[in-house]
Amino acid sequence: MRITKVAKAGTLESNDILIMVMSSKSDRVELELESIVLQQFGDVIERVILHKVQEMGVEGITIKAQDKGALDYTIGARVETAIKRAI
Amino acid sequence: MEKLRRSMLFMPGNNPSMLQDAAILGADSIILDLEDAVSLTEKDSARILVREALKTIDFSQVELVVRVNPMDTEFGPLDVDMIARVKPDTLLIPKANEEQIKIVDTMLDKIEAEEGYLAGSIKIIALIETALGLENVYNVIQASNRIVGVLLGGEDLTSDLGIERTKEGEEIFYARNKVATACRALKVDSIDTPFTDTNDFEGLAKDTAKAKSLGLTGKSAINPRQIEIIHSVFSPTEAELKHALKVLEVMQQAEKEGKGVCSLEGKMIDAPVINRARNTVALGRSLGLLER
Amino acid sequence: MATILGRELPDTVDGYGEVTPFKGACREGGVKTRKAVKLTSVNPHEQKVLDNLEQVFDKLNLKDGMTISFHHHLRNGDYVLNMVVDGLAKRGLKDLTVAASSIFPIHEPLVTHIENGVVTGLVANYISGPVAEAISKGKLKKPAIMQTHGGRARAIESGDLQIDVAFIAAPTADNYGNINGVYGDAACGTLGYAMADAEYADKTVAITDHLVPFPACPIQISQVFVDYVVQVESIGDAKGIVSGTTKITKDPVALIIAKRAAEVIKASGLVKDGMSFQTGAGGTSLAVAAELKDIMQREGVVGSFAAGGVTGYLVEMLEEGLFKTLFDVQCFDLKAISSFRNNSTHQAMSASMYGNPHTKGAVVNCLDIMILGATEIDTEFNVNVTTSSSGMIMGGSGGHSDTAAGAKLSIVVTNLMKARLPIIKDKVTTITTPGESIDVVVTERGIAVNPRRTDLIEKLRQANVPLLTIEELKIIAEKITGVPKTVQTLEKIVAVVEYRDGSVIDVVRQVY
Repeated sequence: MRITKVAKAGTLESNDILIMVMSSKSDRVELELESIVLQQFGDVIERVILHKVQEMGVEGITIKAQDKGALDYTIGARVETAIKRAI
Repeated sequence: MEKLRRSMLFMPGNNPSMLQDAAILGADSIILDLEDAVSLTEKDSARILVREALKTIDFSQVELVVRVNPMDTEFGPLDVDMIARVKPDTLLIPKANEEQIKIVDTMLDKIEAEEGYLAGSIKIIALIETALGLENVYNVIQASNRIVGVLLGGEDLTSDLGIERTKEGEEIFYARNKVATACRALKVDSIDTPFTDTNDFEGLAKDTAKAKSLGLTGKSAINPRQIEIIHSVFSPTEAELKHALKVLEVMQQAEKEGKGVCSLEGKMIDAPVINRARNTVALGRSLGLLER
Repeated sequence: MATILGRELPDTVDGYGEVTPFKGACREGGVKTRKAVKLTSVNPHEQKVLDNLEQVFDKLNLKDGMTISFHHHLRNGDYVLNMVVDGLAKRGLKDLTVAASSIFPIHEPLVTHIENGVVTGLVANYISGPVAEAISKGKLKKPAIMQTHGGRARAIESGDLQIDVAFIAAPTADNYGNINGVYGDAACGTLGYAMADAEYADKTVAITDHLVPFPACPIQISQVFVDYVVQVESIGDAKGIVSGTTKITKDPVALIIAKRAAEVIKASGLVKDGMSFQTGAGGTSLAVAAELKDIMQREGVVGSFAAGGVTGYLVEMLEEGLFKTLFDVQCFDLKAISSFRNNSTHQAMSASMYGNPHTKGAVVNCLDIMILGATEIDTEFNVNVTTSSSGMIMGGSGGHSDTAAGAKLSIVVTNLMKARLPIIKDKVTTITTPGESIDVVVTERGIAVNPRRTDLIEKLRQANVPLLTIEELKIIAEKITGVPKTVQTLEKIVAVVEYRDGSVIDVVRQVY
């Protein structure tokens, strides 16, 4: 499945994550991640985002994420919302 | 043992940092709000976040309630469909009337069957906040077996009536009375409208006491700092507990001696008195105010 | 070698010297000596007032490699440290050690001097802002030495920290060097952190923006310790020195933590006539004070003293008769300053009287209840208030280790998680205060008592206060946040963390 629009979800508030998604020319999934806990949880956050994208069957998408310490369920929710807004 | 419902705390549904701590703030019930606390453009975001929160966060210590959007908006049915599937304890239906309740009840029947949940396990609390809803509250409660309570929405109700909402609350006297009575008749809880001045704790105590004196069984809160006072009003005092225990003691003694009636301090102890005493002791026990 | 807490420390550290490893709180007592101070006597008719800082520098015969000291009572409104170091840099001096009791963001110009080699050493009890970042990134030539408030006084009095010139920012001074902190545009209240400097430095200079006719009144630092006096336009920005009022937090989670802490305090049996209490200035700490106030009022308890950094809230408790006196090492707000000025039961204490372990008894020894914060705690109850969990310096003990060691009941109040990071870890990034000094940890999700305190565990059980082990608390946090990866640092040691007795309890290494 491909997205057609640029969309975002979430906020820069504490414990939240701002997700912006846009279509990319390639078929790959590209992720740019900024996080206040990058060293401690960067790997986990990346995994959660990519897993949600895969779960939703999306390809050819660029994701920009600015994380302010969101828990996994928040990350998943914001990614799902952004993608659904971008379809 | 059914969970207590002395306090119901409203929390915005789209705020992750608040969701995390909701269950430990001390309220008996948490209302995750998808309606007034969420802007129109964020309804989808809030819905998904609350769904994920319900799947992940441990809310077992509280009654988890979700206030969905009204059924006559595009959001309401979507809320019910998504949220019911992750088994909240209760849905709070705003602008409740008979029709809306019946629609939600039918939706829940279907969803519970599809998901394999016990039929009727998801409960409903009707938010009475319109003149029509108020006048018809008895029928609203009867519209579904899932209804476990009514929450009185004072702000919207007074707006619907075209009158001013005040701290003293004289203008909602009838509404409180009517809701308390109908709920009592149909044996469901009645929850008072929130006290909106979050810095006035004396006013909160007065307002909560007023609600209790009119027969309401609990109060909603819009700030965690209100919970302690609400609980202290809705919990039996030491004196009340002492008295209740004495009543039961006298009654048991009379039964032993084969006496049909008994009295305490010059007043006859009849069925209503015994009932009230039993309720008080039960509440006291569940609050840990009594041993055993 | 490893300390008794299991931290690996080298035998010596370049730029610091030989490492005496931490052997336990209150282990290095016994007979101590205060160093003898050399001074230049002042004869009748000699003048102390100089026209400007340049003249001061001329007279002082400053050389490369000297140690200069400053107090931090002007906090983030301090102009003096920057003024002096800028002036010395212009004269081409190099290799100076700055011994400032604390460093704040306003001291950012120091970063340039560090990069240029003007300043190659730093000794402080608390370091924040750009200077902290610069040190963490390895820019300071020698490792910074991080002490405690009590430990710094000890170091100065014993001669371990030799100060060549103490530059004392003086809100009020007279022409013979008497100093007070209660009058002037830059009034700051008590001057607890300046006392040892003034007494033991080779030379002491009073820098003031409020020169008054002799004699100043009151006198907090005496003329007999001061060599020179100089007047400048302004020694500090009042807005950065004190806050208007420090307010109790409204954050519901912090209030829950405060309530639980109050339950612990109540169950401890320490709330009774003659009790003593100290708490920090942060929102949660003050909320605990508010809870304690309620309990004391309800039970009609009158305490002996409250201590600390003093805020208006403690002043209110004094004025309402809940405590007989206050011991004040620094004033945090205007109310505290005015109370100190006007109320004789609001007493000053020097940093030495406050927390120096090598005197005939510091105030911390007399403390019943202490409320503390933490960036991290480990399962041995060791506390970190020096670095963030990314390894970056963002604070320091201040009075943390001193009060924790002395108090009968040391309680750490903290959220269980801060922005997805669990506060409780297997091993803290940096040990500031040893676990043996920490009795209870109170979070919004549970309370843990140090297993050493079997007496306290028993009291709390009897009072039906629910307890968890610290390991259980850690697991609760990790269930919510996930398990954080340990942050890697480089090898280079950028700071040495000294315990109050001068031994080394840990080191801080350079961040990536």
